[in-house]
Amino acid sequence: MTNPRGRFGVHGGQYIPETLMNAVIELEAAYDHYKNDPAFQAELTALLNDYAGRPSRLYFAEKVTRDLGGARVYLKREDLNHTGAHKINNVLGQALLAKKMGKTRLIAETGAGQHGVATATAAALLDMECVVFMGEEDTKRQALNVYKMRLLGARVVPVTSGTATLKDAVSEAMREWTSRIADTHYCLGSVMGPHPFPTIVRDFQAVISREIREQLLALEGRLPDAVIACVGGGSNAIGAFYHFIDDPSVRLIGCEAAGRGIDTPETAATISTGRLGIFHGMKSYFCQDEFGQIAPVYSISAGLDYPGIGPEHAWLHDVGRAEYVAVTDDEAVEAFEYLSRMEGIIPAIESAHALACARRLAPTLGPDKIVVVNLSGRGDKDCAAIARYRGEDIHE
Amino acid sequence: MSNIAKAFQSGKAFIAFITCGDPDLETTAKAVRAMAEAGADLIELGIPFSDPTAEGPVIQAANVRALRAGTTTEKIFSLVRDLRRDVAVPMVFMTYANVVYSYGAEAFLSTCAKIGIDGLILPDIPYEERAEFQPLCARYDLDLVPLVAPTSADRIARIAREASGFVYIVSSLGVTGVRQSITTDIGAMVHLIRENTALPCAVGFGISTPEQARDMAALADGAIVGSAIVKLMAEHGREAAPYVADYVRRMKDGVRQAD
Repeated sequence: MTNPRGRFGVHGGQYIPETLMNAVIELEAAYDHYKNDPAFQAELTALLNDYAGRPSRLYFAEKVTRDLGGARVYLKREDLNHTGAHKINNVLGQALLAKKMGKTRLIAETGAGQHGVATATAAALLDMECVVFMGEEDTKRQALNVYKMRLLGARVVPVTSGTATLKDAVSEAMREWTSRIADTHYCLGSVMGPHPFPTIVRDFQAVISREIREQLLALEGRLPDAVIACVGGGSNAIGAFYHFIDDPSVRLIGCEAAGRGIDTPETAATISTGRLGIFHGMKSYFCQDEFGQIAPVYSISAGLDYPGIGPEHAWLHDVGRAEYVAVTDDEAVEAFEYLSRMEGIIPAIESAHALACARRLAPTLGPDKIVVVNLSGRGDKDCAAIARYRGEDIHE
Repeated sequence: MSNIAKAFQSGKAFIAFITCGDPDLETTAKAVRAMAEAGADLIELGIPFSDPTAEGPVIQAANVRALRAGTTTEKIFSLVRDLRRDVAVPMVFMTYANVVYSYGAEAFLSTCAKIGIDGLILPDIPYEERAEFQPLCARYDLDLVPLVAPTSADRIARIAREASGFVYIVSSLGVTGVRQSITTDIGAMVHLIRENTALPCAVGFGISTPEQARDMAALADGAIVGSAIVKLMAEHGREAAPYVADYVRRMKDGVRQAD
């Protein structure tokens, strides 16, 4: 699937300052070595299973299925992982790899805080120093996660440049990496950035689709008809899609954050509103103006509030293998409340975008069809923000 | 011979950077003319970008001011057309890949050639991605100036061999901005470059005093200054031209001492 230098069709590449080139070359060499090293894989699997709680459950949402009156709906419970989201899958892989490379310090960007918390967690476990860059706007939206990162021993740097959200946190983490490379690994949180990150992160997240496949074959004796996941940079989605890409009968549906709507400027739906560009180390689709200035995007979800999309998704879109749909704040909040009441599961507002899509799709399919929703994270972190959205001022 | 070579013909070169449109394009025009008269041998015109990942806080802030003032690629092309009526000093654009890509590489680069731009510096186009714009630059006789960094090591030879215009030596790790001292072994980098190309090389990132400019120019063929000039623009705004001219004169004197 990967061409030389990490191309996915025209997408991907390594559009980064010269200062970082040897760092990504060194990373690629180390990854190519360790991905085939049985001892490394055994160590990682033990961490994923015993520490992070894998495999995560594939839960048949019977009440949702009955209520929607169509396809059978399964939830892949990544929210039950240690630290509450899929982010830990990638972080444990990268942190272990960094440690093998002799690095002693991890830096990371974070939007909703989930990747930051996961990185701080791995750093604590593996005795590494940790610095997390987080848009100042997001430190306010996700104050609890900021506290958690500090509790875990990480330093959180609020980023005030630009729109003070996820894209600015990525820019600042890249700047930090150019100033300190020898002892530092940039633990990128999504399938984006320069090669080899989109490939490394995808491989570490692919455990999600590997498990869905095995679990559903055991439960239903067949593959799903659709797999649905939310997409910001796209790491949980590529993880949920990857082992189904060669099965054309499985629809792959990525849900972008439409914010207040794709016909408004307050959106983060890259495939719906962006165009081809070069930014943050990769060629892909980006929300931008006519002169290539990156757009200040918006979503209620800090984790999907990013103006780009990973290069492999851009390619899956180009070749028509995956579909990308836009889900508004309103629909996501409704789905957030719906799953809480219907199944007693509070989903992350990011994952609620995928649920909203399932609520549209399932009723249009027959009861013989199967839809899997990747429940990428839990929603505890979002409760205060959703309460505010509904006009209720609660304090964390 | 490329026009950029002229910048290095009469001794060590002083290269000045300015962000176009900070605080407005009229002021940029005045400052560029003032810098050319004060002895700048080559001028880097920064096209502002919303997310300049290789820049420190000073140039980041200049990008924000310029974009807020409504600066666009189109308006900067007009500025250059106007400047080229009386400014002969070599000029290059320094910007990010997406500014060129989004405009349409062919349209952007053919316009550059037409209005008298001599080359480009794109910090997010490393050696591995030069095919994105290099062939078009060659077609329009524009030099795509490559950068080498303290971490480049074994890459320096390869980069130098395929360079055009000059080789931009990044003095230190990190982003652009003023530094107290530069600790990289610049001499060793210059040696490697000269073994692999006859093109000149100049050192940038962190230089702000005439003494630093002299020391760096002594090791290479020139010194590049950005953030220190942009700081003067921020301090003096629309009245900045004479201050910038005075500064450039002092820096050029520093560089001359290395001759």
